[in-house]
Amino acid sequence: MRAALAGDETVYRALLSDLAGALRVRITATLRRFGGRSADAEDIVQETLLAVHLKRQHWDSERPFGPWVNAIARYKMIDAMRRHGYGAPVDIDDLADIMPDPAGPSEDRGDAERLLRRLDPRAQRIVRAVAIEERTAAEVGAELDMTEGAVRVALHRALKALAVLYRKDEP
Amino acid sequence: MRTDELVRLLARDLAVRDASINAGVARSLPWAMVVTGLVFVLTLGLRADIADRPVMAVVAMKLVVTCSLAATSLFLALRLARSMDFGPRPGVWLAVAPLLLTVLVGGELAHAGIAGWSDRMVGANGWFCLGAVPLLSLPPLAALFRVLRSGAVTRPMLAGFVAGLAATGIGASIYALHCTDDSPLFLALWYGIAALIVSAGGAIAGRALLRW
Repeated sequence: MRAALAGDETVYRALLSDLAGALRVRITATLRRFGGRSADAEDIVQETLLAVHLKRQHWDSERPFGPWVNAIARYKMIDAMRRHGYGAPVDIDDLADIMPDPAGPSEDRGDAERLLRRLDPRAQRIVRAVAIEERTAAEVGAELDMTEGAVRVALHRALKALAVLYRKDEP
Repeated sequence: MRTDELVRLLARDLAVRDASINAGVARSLPWAMVVTGLVFVLTLGLRADIADRPVMAVVAMKLVVTCSLAATSLFLALRLARSMDFGPRPGVWLAVAPLLLTVLVGGELAHAGIAGWSDRMVGANGWFCLGAVPLLSLPPLAALFRVLRSGAVTRPMLAGFVAGLAATGIGASIYALHCTDDSPLFLALWYGIAALIVSAGGAIAGRALLRW
């Protein structure tokens, strides 16, 4: 995480992928234990990743990363369960001993897709172009007649807006 | 959007950063203090005898208590916003201002005697203080909430409570320049109640506003 925060995109991407695997195992298990739908797990994984990403500079790099992520995951899980009306307490232990899920990411496009449609069209276009079509900010900028910097800022705003939509989203 | 697509998206966004919590505080808290200061100057004003040497000493004593409350609770609120918990020994930090106040109360009782302690405690401006301190605390409280919202607070009520304490520390520091009730007993009673009012308000507001 320290390397990632220093600006290494490859390291950061690998870290988020590992994190996604670990979170998926943990969140699926917890949902199962409390009678939730395991289909919701991937949505909570994504919401947690988004939160970790948006809050990353508030992580104090003097302190261990695992408990910090756990606190976010726990918070997001309680929040999601409350929204979905489970109302059960959640107990998350250390993530450190969790292996990534060998099954890999599910193909479920889930909440994120639905919430994405509520962004303004340009933000949607930018998000889809970068996430799904694997295009760079410069390419997207050329398409939309924006500077690369403006695309980056718009993307960042779109991510923040998504995080807010997650929180307000009622099933 | 699949999770691997989201991961790609987030990695692309790595270079764009929001301001840190500390930068947010450094930016918004001074403005709040200017607002509070303006309200203070326009409505209350400094006490007339503030330039007298013994009065200055007494005001300084009050400021030690209120500023230490502001500093320690601000420190804890920022820790809550960054690391999601209080970190080591929150009780020690929270105890600093009350302990200082206790020492001052003890000093006064030893110096001026027990007789008449309740009059000194009730003072002359208690109810006024109870209205003025929370009002002066509102701008800093709003500024702190603004900053905390950008942070990662997982215990919104607690964070709101501590932010309320910090805001009271600031508001009371400014009010102390006006108030002519100088007994530490007065501080303990009325500033104490004011702190509870503001931090209870902060806790309730935190529940609603600091979730993310």
